[in-house]
Amino acid sequence: MKTSLLPTIAHRLALLGYIVFALFPLFWLLKVSVTPNDLLYSEGVRMWPSRTTWEHYSFVLQHSAFPTFFKNSLIVSGSTAIIVTICASLSGYALSRFNFRAKYWIVALMLLTQMFPLVMLVAPIFKILTPLGLTNSLTGLIVVYTAFNVPFATFLMQSFFDGIPKDLEEAAMIDGATKFTAFREIILPLTLPGIAATLGFVFTAAWSELLFALMLINGNNAATFPVGLLTFVSKFSVDFGQMMAAGVLALIPAALFFLLIQRYLVQGLTAGAVKG
Amino acid sequence: MASIDIQNVKKAYGHVQVLHDVDLQIKDGEFVVLVGPSGCGKSTLLRMIAGLEGVTGGEMRIDGKRVNELHPKDRDIAMVFQSYALYPHMNVAGNMSYSLKLRKTAKEKIAAAVASAASKLGLDALLDRRPKALSGGQRQRVAMGRAIVRQPKAFLFDEPLSNLDARLREQMRAEIKKMHGDLKATSIYVTHDQIEAMTLADRIVAMHGGVVQQVGAPLELYDRPANLFVAGFIGSPGMNFLDAIYSNGNVTLKDGTVVALPAPLSLDDGARVTVGVRPEHVVMGGEGAGMAASVDLVEPTGFGIILHLSLHGLAFKVFTLDRAALSAGPMVHVSFPPQHLHVFDENGERCVSRQ
Repeated sequence: MKTSLLPTIAHRLALLGYIVFALFPLFWLLKVSVTPNDLLYSEGVRMWPSRTTWEHYSFVLQHSAFPTFFKNSLIVSGSTAIIVTICASLSGYALSRFNFRAKYWIVALMLLTQMFPLVMLVAPIFKILTPLGLTNSLTGLIVVYTAFNVPFATFLMQSFFDGIPKDLEEAAMIDGATKFTAFREIILPLTLPGIAATLGFVFTAAWSELLFALMLINGNNAATFPVGLLTFVSKFSVDFGQMMAAGVLALIPAALFFLLIQRYLVQGLTAGAVKG
Repeated sequence: MASIDIQNVKKAYGHVQVLHDVDLQIKDGEFVVLVGPSGCGKSTLLRMIAGLEGVTGGEMRIDGKRVNELHPKDRDIAMVFQSYALYPHMNVAGNMSYSLKLRKTAKEKIAAAVASAASKLGLDALLDRRPKALSGGQRQRVAMGRAIVRQPKAFLFDEPLSNLDARLREQMRAEIKKMHGDLKATSIYVTHDQIEAMTLADRIVAMHGGVVQQVGAPLELYDRPANLFVAGFIGSPGMNFLDAIYSNGNVTLKDGTVVALPAPLSLDDGARVTVGVRPEHVVMGGEGAGMAASVDLVEPTGFGIILHLSLHGLAFKVFTLDRAALSAGPMVHVSFPPQHLHVFDENGERCVSRQ
């Protein structure tokens, strides 16, 4: 079929416009991170500085606590993503496949947890974690993030399980598999896209979380990268160059992570949209 | 291979009872077809035999051993699903060998079993393909292959052909029959298609509303249906039914036509009955030869002709091989040979003319 040129061009232009709009802040981040301090305010608004430098990067890596923040963020986000995905796979499977008495109430309760603004919960959570010795610790953050992400991730996983015909498990059981073997060998491999989507979602949520990290952590030893970024804001000045360099570095793990799972993610986000 | 005994089996979901006291003995090597309209409980019964549904009451035995509480994996039966239920992430060989792998069968044995099943079904060239790269008919074959590789005690088929087009369905139907002839495996086959039931079965179990209506050889159900439901369900086009009054060895139809029955029935005179006659048994004649009926529609099937008539204002069908019927006028005359009449009691629960 021959399509006329004009709509195609308009379509591509619209896409291009959107991409530019979406990526411009990232570009600005990169631009500021390589702009020498003396040019930052003297050159006015320019798309690219007349001279670039790596000094912000080397400062951030060598003379700040950023490597620690990075490590902490990786530990917290990675652990949260893995724990949440395991829990959500099991609970999502249960919600998708089993009928049990309290199912309605459990779903209602999980929805309820999503209704409150997090700010409301900071104080009670601080109060709960203090006697347990979980403030100012990465474990505390992992516990809190896991608790907040499991409900949504469960619903996400449930929708993926719903998309897998029950016949497949039944066929496996008739072939001689236990319910758990059928889950592990038949259902789970087919849910990889869903698992990737959940991992990605939870990882980024934990990676960029600021509120709880700020409230529950003080001191550099257990700070995650969003908290660390704030150390560049002092009472009298903001060190934009270093802050942006740190921001660019912080993007790397998230970008790598998504690169790793994107093959499954594309399948995952569109799976179940159409039958067949 | 095995026999399957179903005794007084009931199934209820909450307060809704979907199967009422089903009794059925399936002999070793027999091909039994469960047939009935949607929602009659035939698939539920099959799934209960497979162990995919619990048994609410009664007892189920495979080879004499009670299996009510046995997990599907321990029943050693194979099932072919309507959706085929092939594992999408495994190739054809993987799908077929999965059950043997779970049983920790030796690799050489698995390879031999898969190769033999594949050659039986003409799948040799497709063993490396994933299910999504197969046509509907090929998927169906793989589903069958998965069932036969491990030589189970019994085969269960849950409407396996309903996703295929008409030609392929006919071809697979013949193959299933041939395969059963070769393997002599106990088979239970669920379908709503009475042609499949008639052609495949050693015995048909006709079900309706969770109750077994009649069990018997295909031709027995066809020639001597036990009640109105079976009479109407088996046969295509379906049997015609007319209201009548019985008296003294005759039935009197609405328009006053009296038909003498070959033998008197054990009914009171004046009893209301339903008279059934198959479309192919109706005799068409000229003026004065029977009841006048108007022609609504003529359907040539190639093989024969189906005439849709109005008789006393009721829809009535005639099937004939005589092509002269194609040019039938607006009115025809029909009569029923008494030996082909089925007489049912007032509520249709019993065929009173059945010996």
